[in-house]
Amino acid sequence: MNAPLLAASGISKTFAGKGRRVAALDKASISVARGQTLGLVGPSGSGKSTLARILMRLVEPDAGRIDFDGTDLLALSGEALRTTRKRIQMVFQDPLAAFNPRATVAGALADPLRVHGLLGRRQRPAAIAALLERVGLDPGLASRAIHEISGGQRQRVAIARALATRPDLIVLDEAVSALDVSVRGRILELLVELQRKEGIAYVFVSHDLAVVRAIAHSIAIMDAGTIVERGPTPDVVANPQSATGRALVAAVPRLVVGKSD
Amino acid sequence: MSLLRRLLGTPEGAVGTVILCLLVLAALLAPVLFPADPLSIVGPALVPPFTDPSLPLGTDRLGRDVLAGLMHGAGTSLAVGIAAAAMAMIAGSLVGTLAGLAGGLVDEALMRVVDAFQIVPSFLLALAFVSVTGASLPVVITAIALGAWTGPARLARAEVLSIRERDYVAAARVLGMRPLEIAFREVLPNALPPVMALSSVIVAISVLTEAALSFLGLGDPNIVTWGSMIAQGRNVLRSAPFLSILPGIALMLTVLGVYLFSEGLADALARRRSRA
Repeated sequence: MNAPLLAASGISKTFAGKGRRVAALDKASISVARGQTLGLVGPSGSGKSTLARILMRLVEPDAGRIDFDGTDLLALSGEALRTTRKRIQMVFQDPLAAFNPRATVAGALADPLRVHGLLGRRQRPAAIAALLERVGLDPGLASRAIHEISGGQRQRVAIARALATRPDLIVLDEAVSALDVSVRGRILELLVELQRKEGIAYVFVSHDLAVVRAIAHSIAIMDAGTIVERGPTPDVVANPQSATGRALVAAVPRLVVGKSD
Repeated sequence: MSLLRRLLGTPEGAVGTVILCLLVLAALLAPVLFPADPLSIVGPALVPPFTDPSLPLGTDRLGRDVLAGLMHGAGTSLAVGIAAAAMAMIAGSLVGTLAGLAGGLVDEALMRVVDAFQIVPSFLLALAFVSVTGASLPVVITAIALGAWTGPARLARAEVLSIRERDYVAAARVLGMRPLEIAFREVLPNALPPVMALSSVIVAISVLTEAALSFLGLGDPNIVTWGSMIAQGRNVLRSAPFLSILPGIALMLTVLGVYLFSEGLADALARRRSRA
């Protein structure tokens, strides 16, 4: 892989609170290779979710630059930004909160297709059924309301919604943290399989190194708004250089660490 | 359908629904049972109620049928109440949604307008508006709505401010939805239910305000209203108190019915929400 798919550099963001200013990000830089997974790990409040939201242009940074496949992402606005959004999608932590409470599965999956004018109205049901199959769900689920299906199914629908526009990159913000352990494993398998088949790159944000090491090719460790350590997953896990890195590795249950050695 | 069953399951909802149904029935039957103008003279003046079978509730000072007046008045009261409430709800939700979504200067400006309307007593506002523009039904409706739209506006804005920070709105932006589409597809439908809960209170207030305007002679003079009946009965309050009491009871029943109905509806909706 030559040029990275996405390279963010020098991203800073300060939130103005009541009378005081909180630096959420201080010159953070990350890069993601095509078809690979970058794990963004750090304790809560380290700024990883803010960075994820800045990559999605949901939050505007105070300084920095984001290059996405040769375009300056932060310079885009209006229609150009809308078109580029097709190529970068996001999956949120709480799959229930990420859908309009009135939505049905079919309605939620039709949104990306309609918004980007991808398919005619008549072709949509078939496309929605195909999307559901790609994430391992029964196409018969399409007519159900989002609040009627289980948490794991909901997160699969969220992934299907992200896949609908055929993105190059999906940002997963704590996407498996709200799921119970057995469901979590199956969602991770699904993500790995989709990456292998379709070459999608992921930014996988999590506080849990045990989950990240299972899926990420490289890891960036964040603390207090800065990237304190970056490197290929095996190096970071085997020999963490930063204090935060050592603490995160120590927090991984021993059984899991022992198994891979 | 199940919402209706839950509504009728609560005592408030059942009583309120029955009262409102009777009122609607009275309003609908008025032109059938009393096809003549209720303002026309049909008999001798001041016939007491329950004395003449052809004039069951008697006649007023000019010999007009009280029952006909009450039934025609029901239609006016309900129509004015519902129309004014609808107008207030629509205007309020639109302004509130716009303020909440736009934020910044637009929000500030719109909310100061809301403040300006809110600090003037709404009845005074209606009074001033009607006396300037002249009394007719649309003017009365507008005048009442003028004092009632600020509540829905504030509530809609608060709802929108909370909803716009939710993940599903962020998800819609990530998908590339246009701002207007986000406002009407994602935000507004979810902000409306709590605002709708205000509507019955506004209907009740509107019915009372309309009666008060008519009582002061600022209603539409060509239409029978309970307020104007009370006002005309006032002159003979000692000799024929029923002329004021009967429309007074009708007014009280209407407001009570609307209020009980809204209580029952809120209960039924709350139970549906907790179930979901």
